[in-house]
Amino acid sequence: MPDLAIRLTDVTVRFEEKRLSFDCAIPAGAAVAVAGPSGAGKSTLFNVIAGFQAPASGDVRLLGEDMAGRDPAERPVSIIFQDNNLFAHLTIADNVGLGIDPALRLDAPARQRVFTALARVGLGGYERRLPGSLSGGERQRVALARALVRRRPILLLDEPFAALDPAMRAEMAKLLAELRDETKSTMLFITHQPEDIRRLANRVMFLEAGGILLDEPASDFLSRREPPAVAKFLGHSAL
Amino acid sequence: MIFARTERRTLRVAGGLALGTVLAFVGAATAVLLAHAGPGAGAPLLDAYIGRVARFTLLQATLSTLLSVLLAIPVARALARQRDFPGRVWIIRLSVVPLGLPALVAALGVIEIWGRQGVVNDLLGLAGLQSPVSVYGLAGILIAHVFFNLPLAARFLLAALDRIPAEYWLTSANLGMGGGAVFRLIEWPVIRRVLPGIAGLVFMLCATSFTIVLTLGGGPAATTIEVAIYQALRFDFDPERAVLLAFLQILVTASLLWLISLFGRPPEEGMTAGRAIRRFDGRGRRLPDGLVILLFTLFTAAPLAATLVSGLSADLVRLALDPLLHRALLTSLAISFASACLSLAIALPIVLVPRLAETGEAGIATRLMGRALPAVGSLILLVPPVVVATGWFLVLRTFGETGRFAPAVVTVLNALMALPFVVRVLEPAYRTHLSRTARLALSLGATGLHRLRWIDLPALKKPLLTAFAFAMALSLGDLGAVAIFGAEGFVTLPWLLFSRMASYRTADAAGIALLLGVICLLLTLPSTTAERPTESQSADA
Repeated sequence: MPDLAIRLTDVTVRFEEKRLSFDCAIPAGAAVAVAGPSGAGKSTLFNVIAGFQAPASGDVRLLGEDMAGRDPAERPVSIIFQDNNLFAHLTIADNVGLGIDPALRLDAPARQRVFTALARVGLGGYERRLPGSLSGGERQRVALARALVRRRPILLLDEPFAALDPAMRAEMAKLLAELRDETKSTMLFITHQPEDIRRLANRVMFLEAGGILLDEPASDFLSRREPPAVAKFLGHSAL
Repeated sequence: MIFARTERRTLRVAGGLALGTVLAFVGAATAVLLAHAGPGAGAPLLDAYIGRVARFTLLQATLSTLLSVLLAIPVARALARQRDFPGRVWIIRLSVVPLGLPALVAALGVIEIWGRQGVVNDLLGLAGLQSPVSVYGLAGILIAHVFFNLPLAARFLLAALDRIPAEYWLTSANLGMGGGAVFRLIEWPVIRRVLPGIAGLVFMLCATSFTIVLTLGGGPAATTIEVAIYQALRFDFDPERAVLLAFLQILVTASLLWLISLFGRPPEEGMTAGRAIRRFDGRGRRLPDGLVILLFTLFTAAPLAATLVSGLSADLVRLALDPLLHRALLTSLAISFASACLSLAIALPIVLVPRLAETGEAGIATRLMGRALPAVGSLILLVPPVVVATGWFLVLRTFGETGRFAPAVVTVLNALMALPFVVRVLEPAYRTHLSRTARLALSLGATGLHRLRWIDLPALKKPLLTAFAFAMALSLGDLGAVAIFGAEGFVTLPWLLFSRMASYRTADAAGIALLLGVICLLLTLPSTTAERPTESQSADA
């Protein structure tokens, strides 16, 4: 396995009113928290990695391979959003099964994998239910089960805890940490909570005004008192 | 409590008046029809002619619905997928236009394109085909109904597809779903949910369509019940048959309404909030989707363009000086203005009394009225305008000249026709408005006229104007009620247009159609286009 899971070189993205640029190298197996004020470009960074947004210039390499011209499904990436990860009219098992075959042609071994993955996230027996009958935290765990069966080495989580209450956040973070240890995948998650960084991240990328301001070990980041944007994020602004 | 004591009293009186007016007007007509039916009237039901008419009514409505709805699926999918298609917003706006256009004007536009001298037959002739497509009869009726209802159905479907959470498209792209899987697993479940409601609405519109069938139906072979009623009254002077047909029509609409109530209402149109929608499955099929969108645009725009072109090439100066046109225009404006006022006056108690009835201290009478009024508001769907007009024609015949009373009857009829729509616009607006302001207004003592002047009117100006404009446009373009009563001294704009078409003065007809179309679109378009928020292209970074 290459040393670097994600390598962005001079990547720029242009919108009508702003221009974002990213340059970073993320080692394989890292757990990276992506933080920063709204509009800093966190989701755009994810969109570039996942292939939802083509960069205007620059080079995106995942696991050492150039991603230019590759569709989202052809990249070694799974992505989970804050909400609406599950198709509301499909059963839990079908939603997970889509991770094995996107047209839902599942044979018996595939179904078995779905059951195993659901059991792993603590939702054994939920196979026939519809997403609407689950809590927000349970739905996010189903999305995790789907990422498990997809077996992509890079997992992007776009504010995965934002809709959850504190107890569920802790539970979800614990599960994520376990799964990362088991699968050895590289994980990036967007968060607005320093607490999530303490629980889950070994690295922090802090974005501001369309660029990566900081990229450093989580412990260094958490002990910072400046710059002001980071101090504010960490809750030190009153000092 | 959301109304002050005096307001409650006023509302109860207004509710009673509205209820009484509608019931008396429709009830009198129905009673007269019943009285005319007489004993043994059921026998002619087996009449071959009536059987044929009933069959054709259902046949054309079924085919129109199938064509409109089935064609709307690829159109809506293409529009939903190709979000950057050049002029997409304008194409969606264009699809609102047929709905605001009087049926007669649309029929004329369809003839311009699909008729014997039309563009389509010219093209077919160039291609070496000898036998021209005939726009009269079933084919023409279907084309005109699809012209009206395909854009309507496509817009409903598009709205439903656009309500799919934006994350679904990202997830499906991330998972690598192909076109077939996207349709089967994401689009179809949504379409299937809204389709029965849309189909029901379209079927209802086609089964009770009068003007299109009158102008494009070719003789007795292609006649619907509504048109047969008109012919029985105006040409055969056979009230017995008209009465029979009227009951047949009520039977048909009643069963339709019952079926629709089983399948659910047409879906709401509304835009999604949140994340901007980005479709990755659209990339690979720009060409086929573009072709579908182009064909849809051509089909919808061509009759409109033809109406404009031939209207402008008519002798507009001479038309503008024609005193008959002046009179028709004035009559139409007066009738439509009066009927829009009446429609709003009846609609307000229909909207407000149920709110009054919801409050705890409402008496049994108020609560009954609160339940009866909304039903009365859509009574005209059950008893179609042509049927009510037939009843009143029979009533007024006994007083001599029916033409004298025509303006009054047409005004009330048009007001009732607009009522379901007006209520649908005002009801949600009032509901939100009352929940926001009612308690505050009461506590401030702003009641009665003060409340109306300072709180209700400013906040509800937009829905009230929208409802008024639509009611007026509907009345301006209506031919049905006028046709039954059409008399020498009583000429409206659509009636003038119809008689010019009937006497083959096509240039004049084109000029009048342009005038009528422009007035109606001026009334309806501002509100429909304003309701659509512009789609933000900004990415959520």
